[in-house]
Amino acid sequence: MSQATIDADSRPNPLGVGADHPDYLRADSGLRSWLLTKDHKRIALMFYVGVILFLGLGGVFALVLRTELLTPEQTFIDANTYNQMFTLHGITMVWLFMIPAVPTVFGNFVLPIMLGAKDLAFPRINLASFYIYVLSAIILLGAMLAGGADTGWTFYVPYSTTSPTAVTWMGIGIFVNGISSIMTSVNFIVTTHTMRAKGLSWHRMPLFVWATYATSIIILFATPVLGMSLVLLALDHAFGLSLFNPRYGGDPVLFQHLFWFYSHPAVYIMILPSFGVISEVVCSFSHNQPASYRAIAYSSLGIAFIGFFTWGHHMFVAGLSEFDAGVFGALSMFVAIFSAIKVFTWVATLRGGSISFATPMLYFLWFLFLFVFGGMTGVAVATQSLDVHWHDTYFVVAHFHFIMVGGTLTSFLAAAHYWFPKMFGRLYDERVGLLTSVAVFIGFVFTFLPQFLLGNGGMPRRYFTYPERYQWLNVLSTGGAWLLGAGLLLALGNLLLALKWGKRAGPNPWGSRSFEWITASPPSKHNFEETPDIERSAYDYTLSEEVARERAKAR
Amino acid sequence: MNELLRTLLFLPRQASTIAEEIDTLHYFVIIMTMGGALLVTLVGGYFLFRYRRTAVQKHPERRMTGTTPAIWLEAVVVVGLFGMFIVWWVIGFWQFMAIRIPPENALEIYVTGKQWMWKFAYPQGANSISTLYVPAGRPVKLVLTSRDVIHSFFVPDFRLKQDVLPGRLTTLWFEAKEPGRHDIFCTEYCGVSHSTMRGEVIALSPEEYERWLQGKSPQPAVAGPVDMRPSSVTDYAPPEPVSMVRQGERAAAEHGCLRCHTLDGTPHLGPTFAGLYGTMVPLEAGGSVKVDEAYITESMMDPLARIHAGYQRIMPSYLGQIRPAETGAIIELMKSLRDVRPKPGASEPWGTVTVPETREGGQ
Ligand code: HEM
Ligand SMILES: [Cu+2]
Repeated sequence: MSQATIDADSRPNPLGVGADHPDYLRADSGLRSWLLTKDHKRIALMFYVGVILFLGLGGVFALVLRTELLTPEQTFIDANTYNQMFTLHGITMVWLFMIPAVPTVFGNFVLPIMLGAKDLAFPRINLASFYIYVLSAIILLGAMLAGGADTGWTFYVPYSTTSPTAVTWMGIGIFVNGISSIMTSVNFIVTTHTMRAKGLSWHRMPLFVWATYATSIIILFATPVLGMSLVLLALDHAFGLSLFNPRYGGDPVLFQHLFWFYSHPAVYIMILPSFGVISEVVCSFSHNQPASYRAIAYSSLGIAFIGFFTWGHHMFVAGLSEFDAGVFGALSMFVAIFSAIKVFTWVATLRGGSISFATPMLYFLWFLFLFVFGGMTGVAVATQSLDVHWHDTYFVVAHFHFIMVGGTLTSFLAAAHYWFPKMFGRLYDERVGLLTSVAVFIGFVFTFLPQFLLGNGGMPRRYFTYPERYQWLNVLSTGGAWLLGAGLLLALGNLLLALKWGKRAGPNPWGSRSFEWITASPPSKHNFEETPDIERSAYDYTLSEEVARERAKAR
Repeated sequence: MNELLRTLLFLPRQASTIAEEIDTLHYFVIIMTMGGALLVTLVGGYFLFRYRRTAVQKHPERRMTGTTPAIWLEAVVVVGLFGMFIVWWVIGFWQFMAIRIPPENALEIYVTGKQWMWKFAYPQGANSISTLYVPAGRPVKLVLTSRDVIHSFFVPDFRLKQDVLPGRLTTLWFEAKEPGRHDIFCTEYCGVSHSTMRGEVIALSPEEYERWLQGKSPQPAVAGPVDMRPSSVTDYAPPEPVSMVRQGERAAAEHGCLRCHTLDGTPHLGPTFAGLYGTMVPLEAGGSVKVDEAYITESMMDPLARIHAGYQRIMPSYLGQIRPAETGAIIELMKSLRDVRPKPGASEPWGTVTVPETREGGQ
């Protein structure tokens, strides 16, 4: 094969003839045209604003918590405020940021374009999903103001059913939020099945589509269970139904089963879309096809499936029988294997590539460390005798922050930089991008590495005051949190500045072969001038665009 | 080696017979985890460098698009990894069985968790609050239950933890290696004072333990910080009859009233008892009420009915949990405190008040 055919510098854009049509940002004007839009790209931007706001809010809560933990005794808020704050932090981050972030913003924006479609299958449902998300956020914020809740995001009964706080409304808010995610995921599934461009077979699809597809399946099966458990909880709380209250014959452990039956898969809802982002980033910047396309695509489905059978590992000390604990422990090991397959495939993809080292790639490197370390500590906590010591201590807090925040946040940032030119037609400042990325990583490690040690030392989670011997590690962690916050703000600032002052990006600034880059940047209102006809896979860096088109025409 | 790794990893003392064995697995797992993450990242970083665009343009032979990946290599690595995980699992499960199944001859002690205290009842009749006395060198089996919400009984020095559920009995067993004091933490979030729901295990030599059971050794001579929590005012039943006021004090300590209310006028989570009886207090819903027998009883049985303005709605109900005689004794106690003047700030609402009690740690 000659060097020329794979030269990443050639920037094919044969279909991206968008010049005579205004892009989607300018196609219509006026507030109404935004608020009532059915364009998936505009809806994606509205979600973008929403999730960033909630990331900020959740971040502020986090800084309040960390600052309170600077000293062993009370520092500046009281115990009750602290307890509400960690609940709010968890709820905001999980349901208003991590679950929706990647699918609703980047999924919404690029998935239809990747498939060569004009829009999602149900544009109105897509818009409704956004407003339902907003409604859920309003209910949750309202509940926070009307007394909040102090149960933690896990809502364990019977504490939650007896707590005088606004637990019922929190439950309703999360229920409504679930409706929004179900609507989005149905939209994705139907779109993927029915709206692929001519010639775009399943095995030519970009891996991001696979990841989003697998996520949507989990959402579809798991979210109703959470919805129902929270309805039952709300009934218990509001009307004393006592399904879970042992005083009247209910079973508190039943709630934990129901909760984790959703929430364990939910952690994969948070991370699978990120896997999709990472796959795109790795292939695009190394100008290489994935070392094994099928390994990445099918392991997503594997995770989606096995993820449903491991929930018991959250309950080793909650009164699970030894046998059950053993089974859940062993099954958990399988999930780790699927994730390991992905990691190896990404790394192998780098080998033999032609790598341009841009900010998204640096985020990929951080992702590797945080995700692998977080994942391996996952296996560590699935090892029962060790988990007995670690359960409900800061070790678990560190584990899930490494993997969820480390994984989701780094890939969210990678996506924000990677698709920035596509979304806005401009380039961000690369040097500032790299710099902020380093700040985010260092801040992150300083925040959460000490927490592993705190957990080893036995510091329980959700503690407002703690013995003095844990102090210096807490101080390190708080310092890290502030650095992380600063890094995130700077990254946001860099992108915001680029919106106005960034250099114009061509249709395909990274020289990627993934299909969203064959149209103009930013795309016109209907994405394509003519419906594309696909005769290559999304990562074919050997077949030139012209030849692929010729073949497609000849078909 | 053990000591070095234990210190590096910030693990507490290994005070139970199982602790060292668990730590050994811990070291292995953590070192592999750290090593694995570093290795993958370093390999990734090396590839980023070696195959960077400029380098590939100089050495075109490095470019390998379209070559088949080394599937077999991946397979070997994945199978190897899986093997390692299974080894962790086998050892972990085996140890877990050892933790969970108590030996036949274990001494039984009953534990009740309650917002926000631990109560211990010994078959020989003694009782204690927050402080668990056990003999060293003998297996002890705890039978745990909760009065209200889920708590979790955690002794870091023993590497042991067990959730404590209302309406269920769970068990936990351990054998303390030698006499000493060890922290007990509650690790399941259980309400506003969750982080103060602490206690300690005091392991005594078998002779000391016998003497303690017979009430002969009220202050066991064991090294460690002195426990000053109000709930340990009365550690075991006094042998001779005592006054109503004393009994009230004991009941108030035992039922956890003193975790939130104080007797000397110091500000805390709830109104101080000092000088409270007979006064008029403002209500959250407006108006005020006289603190008399009726209001005190109502506050114990249905605390949220009429809330003293400025205080959080955090008090649990004692309905069905406190004996009538104890209610009476507590009222007597409050009457006896009629003339104790509250300290400045005692009637201030929660929020200006520091939540107390952290013991010095780090032996
Ligand atoms: C994509 C990857 C993962 C994510 C997003 C994730 C997320 C989480 C979260 C959120 C929690 C804490 C829940 C809570 O108590 O609030 C958690 C705990 C746990 N995770 Fe993971 N996890 C991941 C991977 C793994 C893997 C691969 C394993 C095992 C092989 C694992 C095993 C565990 C266990 C056993 C716990 C419970 C620990 C305890 O509560 O004592 N996780 N994880
Ligand atoms: Cu507790």
